[in-house]
Amino acid sequence: MTPEQIIFFLCAVFVLTSALMVVTTRKLIHAALWLVSALFGVAVLYATLDAGFMAVVQVVIYIGAIAVLFIFAVMLTRKEMRDRGPQLRSGWWLAALLGLLVFSGLTFLMVTQPGINRTAPAIPAGVDTLANLGNALVSPNAYVLPFEVASILLLAALIGAVYVAAGKK
Amino acid sequence: MSIPLSWYLILSAALFSIGLFGVLSRRNAVAILLSVELMLNAVNINLVAFWRFLNPVQMAGQVFAVIVFAVAAAEVAVGLALIISIYRRRNTVVADEVDLMKW
Repeated sequence: MTPEQIIFFLCAVFVLTSALMVVTTRKLIHAALWLVSALFGVAVLYATLDAGFMAVVQVVIYIGAIAVLFIFAVMLTRKEMRDRGPQLRSGWWLAALLGLLVFSGLTFLMVTQPGINRTAPAIPAGVDTLANLGNALVSPNAYVLPFEVASILLLAALIGAVYVAAGKK
Repeated sequence: MSIPLSWYLILSAALFSIGLFGVLSRRNAVAILLSVELMLNAVNINLVAFWRFLNPVQMAGQVFAVIVFAVAAAEVAVGLALIISIYRRRNTVVADEVDLMKW
């Protein structure tokens, strides 16, 4: 095993353990903190994929904004079901079965595809993927329209969230 | 890079299945949203992995992943606002007990 593979394995175990804790732990605030650790693991995976920008964005947006928002929401809705009562629905084993089925089905489909075990091609010399990404996001020939639509979506979500959460005066 | 593509895809399939289990089995609405985040992250791993392994010069995969980030942020903002609003009115965050529209 090469060092990269060892890093990937450690990272994968870390992410999957954290994800399992997110869906099974009883205390909701702990689930939110486990989500933070899972997101960190995914950021490391982005780094192993030579997507440094994605790794930074993962930490800044997901951990810095979304996970903190979750922790706020957990604290604001804390009074109910703090630790009492079951945290899982009664039919949770059915959900577990479905999850296992989806995982085995996806894995079966993937390993039967040709070329699934390919390794990554080298990034050609002189190609700056970060500059390419920046250009692609603002170039009219590339993805400026989806980029602007995403910004409008965020604005609409912001206004909608304020309106919904503000309540009656 | 000595990691085959299949490792990333299997990892993200596992992460997606864990998130699916969480969405279907948790009772607390905030926990359901947490599980949705896990599923979105699994999708993002797939997108970035395919970008890296198929054509790292064409940026479509990463651009799509950035859009998924924006959509995830919007989804969390609106979702948590709804949950807080429901909590104020009905004093519960259990998804089963919010059945106003059930007939």
